[in-house]
Amino acid sequence: MSNPGLATYTGLAKKAESILDDRRESGKIRIQVGSATCEHAAGSNAVYEEFRRHIEASGRDDIILRRTGCTGRCSREPIVGVMVPGHLPVKYQLVDHDTAHDIFTSHILGGKPVTEKILDGSADESVQYEIMLCSGERCGRNKHLNLTKLFEKNLPKTALELGQVRLVSANCFGLCPSGGKGSAGHALIRPDNVLYHIENENDIREIIDNHILKGNVVERLRKHTEAISQRFFDMYGDVAFFNKQSRTALRNAGVINPEDIYEYIHYNGFEALARVLEKGDPQWVIEKITASKLRGRGGGGYPTGMKWANARKTTEETRYIICNADEGDPGAFMDRSMLESDPFSIVEGMIIGGYAIGASHGFFYIRAEYPLAIKRIEHAIDECRKLGLLGDNILGTGFSFDLEIRLGAGAFVCGEETALIHSIEGLRGQPRIRPPYPSQSGLWGKPTVINNVETFANVPAVLLYGSEWFRNIGTEKSGGTKVFALAGKVNHTGLVEVPMGTTLREVVFDIGGGVPNGKKLKAVQTGGPAGGCIPEKFLDTEVDFDTLAQVDSIMGSGGMIILDEDDCIVDIARFFIAFSQDESCGKCTPCREGTKRMLEILERITGGTGTPADLVKLERLATLVKKSSLCGLGRAAPNPVLSTLKQFRAEYEAHVFDKKCPAKKCSALIKYEIDPNKCVGCTLCAKNCPVPCISGVRRELHVIDQAKCIKCGRCFEVCRFDAVQRL
Amino acid sequence: MSAKTDNLKEVEARSKAALPQDIVDWIGECKKRPHPESQLISTLHKVQGHYGYLAKEQMDAVAQLMQIPASKVTGVATFYHFFRLHPRGQFIINVCLGTACYVKGADRVVEKLKLELGIDFGETTKDGLFSLEASRCLGTCGLAPVVMIGDDVHGGVTPDKVPALLETYINKARSLRKQSR
Repeated sequence: MSNPGLATYTGLAKKAESILDDRRESGKIRIQVGSATCEHAAGSNAVYEEFRRHIEASGRDDIILRRTGCTGRCSREPIVGVMVPGHLPVKYQLVDHDTAHDIFTSHILGGKPVTEKILDGSADESVQYEIMLCSGERCGRNKHLNLTKLFEKNLPKTALELGQVRLVSANCFGLCPSGGKGSAGHALIRPDNVLYHIENENDIREIIDNHILKGNVVERLRKHTEAISQRFFDMYGDVAFFNKQSRTALRNAGVINPEDIYEYIHYNGFEALARVLEKGDPQWVIEKITASKLRGRGGGGYPTGMKWANARKTTEETRYIICNADEGDPGAFMDRSMLESDPFSIVEGMIIGGYAIGASHGFFYIRAEYPLAIKRIEHAIDECRKLGLLGDNILGTGFSFDLEIRLGAGAFVCGEETALIHSIEGLRGQPRIRPPYPSQSGLWGKPTVINNVETFANVPAVLLYGSEWFRNIGTEKSGGTKVFALAGKVNHTGLVEVPMGTTLREVVFDIGGGVPNGKKLKAVQTGGPAGGCIPEKFLDTEVDFDTLAQVDSIMGSGGMIILDEDDCIVDIARFFIAFSQDESCGKCTPCREGTKRMLEILERITGGTGTPADLVKLERLATLVKKSSLCGLGRAAPNPVLSTLKQFRAEYEAHVFDKKCPAKKCSALIKYEIDPNKCVGCTLCAKNCPVPCISGVRRELHVIDQAKCIKCGRCFEVCRFDAVQRL
Repeated sequence: MSAKTDNLKEVEARSKAALPQDIVDWIGECKKRPHPESQLISTLHKVQGHYGYLAKEQMDAVAQLMQIPASKVTGVATFYHFFRLHPRGQFIINVCLGTACYVKGADRVVEKLKLELGIDFGETTKDGLFSLEASRCLGTCGLAPVVMIGDDVHGGVTPDKVPALLETYINKARSLRKQSR
């Protein structure tokens, strides 16, 4: 076999090492600043500039400033990481111009971290070692070897009590296939970034005696294969928001500089591609992907391997592969983050996909609303071409493949695959009837495979770490992890990647930190405008494509909006129907007219003029649209209504029969009154009333004129004595 | 069969004059590659990037040079939300109305913006300074509610913050005007 794929790659990897060696690293202080749309919006560019100026002014050449993608911790951005050799990495949150100054003078120059700005109060100076224990499916549920208990038992009491050593149980490291087989466990020692394979209590004693107490690495137990989550945990492992996650698709987000191909190569980037090309058997790739039980992450959940196999089976020689990066669900941003933070892994996934199905041309279809994502993908494609990873004769193996970017133009329906194809062809993005499926006849009538960004990001990991490993992370029918965009009424908004089969409760409470301001959780909305609202009682549902369908919602692309007691379910249903109605492409009548009429009914209900007959009509109409629309989006459009009618019917009935909005959100069904016992006559409400409709003089009772009141709620918000009541 | 008319040269020259040279060159490039008509959306992006909106004159020119019926070009331009057929203000205020922003009170920010500016969605203030637009989701849900003005994303916007926010852009416009003088 004279296939030079791997040899060429080894050359590239060596080059990457020497380039990175020249640039960094050993013994130098590193400062890394997040750089993605959300980070920039929060002001990370100014922070970067501030550090640059400080480094320049200090004249020190042992401080490196670099950009990374985003970690997905949106509500705490900008995030800055400071790594001083020999110390645990410190991450700062909500850094602004002034904090950057403080961090530089106090931490970098003075060696004292700015404690009040540390992310989630995570880092603790007294901690010398942190022992992170894998508590994934295999290691963590091993009854014979409870690592946490054994470490607690054997560590010197003083070390734990004084806080010099800290034990953390983290989610799956992703080491399962390379040993263990249910009888062993893994521990990562930070800040040394040493990974141990532990089989019994003696191993633990040896690690404690030699490494923790004396600082000598126990080579006998050390694992040299790098776990997929290791680089991420090494950087962010001390933060609960992160160590409860399992990062596969987001393995490099927040770790590498997304504009530096050598950093990607350094973390095994393109090795999967090289191995695939070396092997030289597309069928083998498809088998691997099929065996991994990877399912389409765009929402459909169609097995990726099967989709690829279908395209490969066709007799047509010209085939295309498309990455669907037209992330349109409101409340979903995981694709944007992946495109911005780790563009190379998606490109690599696409090249592998192209090879597997026998395509020589691929398209990135990206939303025009994501300028930074477009820029980074353009850059990634250029870099790959320069290194011979795209174009003719990739890695000298004779395989040729190239990528092209096509921009969307703001049409939600273009997420539907046949509509997307029309859009790439330069037409109006309207869907057509399937079959034929795109894998038989797609772009320009040729077999076409369309996968989502996250699906492609997973592909290199599957091939590098094995199908069995990937399959084991997930549930029986669905392998791997899923990235969710957590937003709405939740303490920690951001990106969360968890194994399939994790419960909603773990995602919302353990990682998301629960609902803010002591409010009660009402529902979890998943799947965007095609999904449903899952009530509190189903929070222990293990997340997977099939289980979410059982509770009348869908996985969708991964948007997860948390609703609390102040959110009116009927109003949320109205919001989604308004969205679907606005985005309906107009091709088929059920969707075009049906969503319009459903919206009218919902507006009547939230407006206080709904009748009992409206509820019957709404349900019938929703079922009709679901059954008879042309494309998947139309068929899914009534889901928010059907799911809420089923799970929250009482709330609809309160609107219709009692003319009351239980959440006190629908302004037509509420009124504001001033409690005579509480009003002190401070005049604040009257001053803030935009109408104005509040009368009363200083130190006397104020009264709202109900006939004039527009129910804006301003008085309710400004009153400091709780005298204004919402009824 | 591409339609050839007697005054083709004249029409072509007029079309070329209606567009900036780089876009004319781009269309020329596209025509050398397979499926040139598939680049219509990219071309319209470029035209809008240059002029800020798609005027009839430019759309006709694109249709002529790409040899795509004007009805199809108009069809595409009106189908996609991203394309504008009318000129817009100096600063585009894009209010995110995605789910996360909505549950965090974007509707009230919209009310305040409409009140302050005296315009509705899709309209431009009389002084030509601001245009108000709604976005389905800007993808920065963690910072909800979000308002994008020009290229700047502002997170955690409340109705109270709106006047001061607009004021900064009014001042910005003023200083830009001074500079250009």
